[in-house]
Amino acid sequence: MIMITELDKKLIRFLQDDLPITSRPFTAIAQELDITEEEVLARIEKYLEEGSMRRFGVALRHREVGFTANGMGCWDVPEERAEEVGKIMATFPDVSHCYQRPRFEGWPYSHFTMLHGQTREDCEAVAKRISEATGITNYRLLFSTAELKKTSMRYFMEEK
Amino acid sequence: MRLDELDRQILNIVQYSFPVAAEPYKALAEQVGSTEEEIMSRLKKLKEDGAIRRIGGIFDSRKLGYKSSLCAMKVPVEKLQEAEEIINAYPGVTHNYLREHEYNMWFTLISPSEEAMEATLEEMREKSGCEIRNLPAVRFFKIKVDFKLTDNK
Repeated sequence: MIMITELDKKLIRFLQDDLPITSRPFTAIAQELDITEEEVLARIEKYLEEGSMRRFGVALRHREVGFTANGMGCWDVPEERAEEVGKIMATFPDVSHCYQRPRFEGWPYSHFTMLHGQTREDCEAVAKRISEATGITNYRLLFSTAELKKTSMRYFMEEK
Repeated sequence: MRLDELDRQILNIVQYSFPVAAEPYKALAEQVGSTEEEIMSRLKKLKEDGAIRRIGGIFDSRKLGYKSSLCAMKVPVEKLQEAEEIINAYPGVTHNYLREHEYNMWFTLISPSEEAMEATLEEMREKSGCEIRNLPAVRFFKIKVDFKLTDNK
């Protein structure tokens, strides 16, 4: 478990905001927290190293840059093959997210792969390749018809 | 939206290796053989045009002690707008999509604890009158949103 101090929480609140596009964008954060700019940068590096920050950089609106099709692949994978099949699915570069989730009544699918492409056909072609590579033939692709919300989570706000 | 070669080059770098440096835009300029001013004005434009949502840290909710889940909701067509308003009002709902299925609304929910998540879902069910399935991951295989921008995109 990662130790998160009060200073970390304050810094994380700033880092989940939008970094200004100015020559020295980290100085304002450093001043607010009464630490040095080097300390801010060192802590970002530490978060990246320990993985509490997955990445630092730009969050794109993928629809705006041409990835308009978003298909959620849902796969019925036998439990004894769950680990092996999940690992194969994760190797596909067009798969951005891959998880195993619980099944429920009327829903036989256990594995979820998020596929992004320029067209529906792109996504369908990837799904077909995944099916061939894994031997999982009971699957379906749920395409999104509307994006209702897409934001970044704001952590440690309830303690503010 | 039209992106030229330099836009694509910049976006491909800043998605994954934004320079964690005192003068990041200057460092970027050096990488692509441009000027700090040019980089800053391009990024501002890309933000204005909506290609860039935000520049900042993208955190791992689990490592920060939060719980996350994917939720599937069955919403009658006539109640879609009402349900959207109810669900989207929660700050822990970060993504919400309509999809072609009987379970037609799929959203992700991030909560500080298991208890908080259950309480939020119960409240959502009461307010909407709709069935919501909570599908927290039992195994994680991949989380990597890397949109490689090439010529034809």
